[in-house]
Amino acid sequence: MEWGLAHGMRSKIGRGNSVGMLHERWRRRRHDILVMVARRFGFLIPLLVLVTIGVFALAAVSPYDPLDAYMDGRAGELSIAQQAKLVTELRLDTPWYLTWWEWISSLFRGELGISRSYYQPVAQVLRDRLPWTLLLGVTGLMISVVVSLLLGAIAGFRPQSLISRSIGVLTIILQATPPFVLALSALGLFALSLHWAPTGGLTYPGQPIGFASTVRHLLVPGLVLGVTQIPWLVLSLKDSIAEVLTSDAVRGARVRGIPYPMILRRHVLPTALPPFIALVGARLPELVVGSVLVETIFAWPGLGSALVRSAQSLDFPLLTFLTLAITMLVLIGNLLADVIYVVLDPRVDADA
Amino acid sequence: MSFSIRAWTPMLEVSWNRRFLPSPAVSIAWAVLMLIGGYAFIVPWVTNVDLLSADFARSGLAPGAGGLFGTDSAGHDLFIRVAAGLRISLTIALTTAVGSSLFGMLLGILAGMTGGWVDRTITRLMDGMNALPHVLLGVIIVSLFRGSLLAIVASLVLTHWIQIARIVRAQILGLRHAEYVEAAWLSGMSRWQIIWYHLVPASLGQSMIGLVLLIPHAIWHESTLSFLGIGLSVHKASLGTLLADAQGALLLGQWWLLVFPSLFLIAVTLSIGIVGTNLTGRMNGVRGSI
Repeated sequence: MEWGLAHGMRSKIGRGNSVGMLHERWRRRRHDILVMVARRFGFLIPLLVLVTIGVFALAAVSPYDPLDAYMDGRAGELSIAQQAKLVTELRLDTPWYLTWWEWISSLFRGELGISRSYYQPVAQVLRDRLPWTLLLGVTGLMISVVVSLLLGAIAGFRPQSLISRSIGVLTIILQATPPFVLALSALGLFALSLHWAPTGGLTYPGQPIGFASTVRHLLVPGLVLGVTQIPWLVLSLKDSIAEVLTSDAVRGARVRGIPYPMILRRHVLPTALPPFIALVGARLPELVVGSVLVETIFAWPGLGSALVRSAQSLDFPLLTFLTLAITMLVLIGNLLADVIYVVLDPRVDADA
Repeated sequence: MSFSIRAWTPMLEVSWNRRFLPSPAVSIAWAVLMLIGGYAFIVPWVTNVDLLSADFARSGLAPGAGGLFGTDSAGHDLFIRVAAGLRISLTIALTTAVGSSLFGMLLGILAGMTGGWVDRTITRLMDGMNALPHVLLGVIIVSLFRGSLLAIVASLVLTHWIQIARIVRAQILGLRHAEYVEAAWLSGMSRWQIIWYHLVPASLGQSMIGLVLLIPHAIWHESTLSFLGIGLSVHKASLGTLLADAQGALLLGQWWLLVFPSLFLIAVTLSIGIVGTNLTGRMNGVRGSI
């Protein structure tokens, strides 16, 4: 009974006092969304605190020795008395939960500690590297969103065509390719064989950071990061577009003779886009992992390569802070995507 | 009545054939899987080469001169190294998948059976763990317990059990009020007897498929950690360790160190994924798109 006419009629009937009703409905919905955001924060903040507690507890039971780390692995050269003196001076004899408490309270005072692997304050590492990570991440995200919208639309509108089948096969193979294999292949192909792009870093050695050289250095890593996320986005968009196109609403609209661009704008886009955006949000953790790998391979001076370096040399202050910061970034991005989803799709309740 | 039955019979036959004769892609995936499994477990066992000693006279030879896959910087035959790496990767992935499935089933059954605050806590735990970037947790755990196989498996299990627990919990919530479970209650079976004799067998099929689909995921995670240089020690090189070597070798133009481990990594992931998706489709009575 889902005739298109009913849909059209309803919108005409509703037009009488629609402004007031819409306003009221939107006000209620905005309230729902605010409640959702507040509830999510009520969940996320304890989660983050629990993660940091877990990390400190793990460090306490692990073979990791803070004294040895402080001495760069040469604690054995000290006498027992010297070791004991250092332990009390560095307050290493306190139980782990007190260490955690001191860490988190100094975090709120804005003291982030000193990174051992970079010989810099953690705040300085963050200040130097966060912009470059964001640049790479946003570039990758934009590339993946634009390309998947394009490919997903092509595949969704003509699911049986040769081109959409080849897109299908390509996405399945890409899905099975780990980001670091992709990044290494791109490095080998574009930088080492074809010499189209530099092998990594932010500038050419000994030259200042300029716009043109940054773009040249950004292109391949950004492309790789974008491509790692494309398969999931394309597959989901293709399915949702194909589903809307065969729905009764679209069939009804076509029967009524509504022009095709209008159908796309009023039916296909509003239905297919929100789940796509939610998926972009859900894929954020994977984007971060991809970014860590891409930054490491292309020597990109971002937080991801700092994370790897801090993990390799067990630079505990930097490692814990970066974990917290990256997790927070992911969680907030995730929440943002969910809010956009709820704003765009009126059928979804804002109580998740 | 007879008319309708006759009308339906050909359709039934068609769906029977289509459902139980695997498509070419699935057959190829099974064949590739068998071949790779055989390669990974037979080659290191038969050749029995010491991968810890180096032969620098044979360092960096291209495929052809240096055997089928060429040699690496320490002069090892890559054909043997890839097999050994595959074996380690597969072993870790299988252990992880089994461990995560057991852990996930345990928590899923617990959540589904008890309800109340236990269920809420476990569900919250699943949501929380799912929201975190998994590889990041792995990086922290593995870097604290450097080179420990147990730590790698534990860090993988910690982030992989959620999927299975979700599946099992949903299944048990659906089954809790099934007639045969109600009948078991009435006949005086205890809660744990019902779990053991009715609910575990019922959720086993889905969990097995979940287990298969976890394997490629676990291979990825482990190879990522090893690639970053915080996973296994060099003596136990997995595919990820081999690919970490490939980054340096690439600068010397030794492409084979990248190509062969990558090919096997992709082939394993792809074939297990196809097989697993096909199994899921069969389980749900639909033929998968692959």
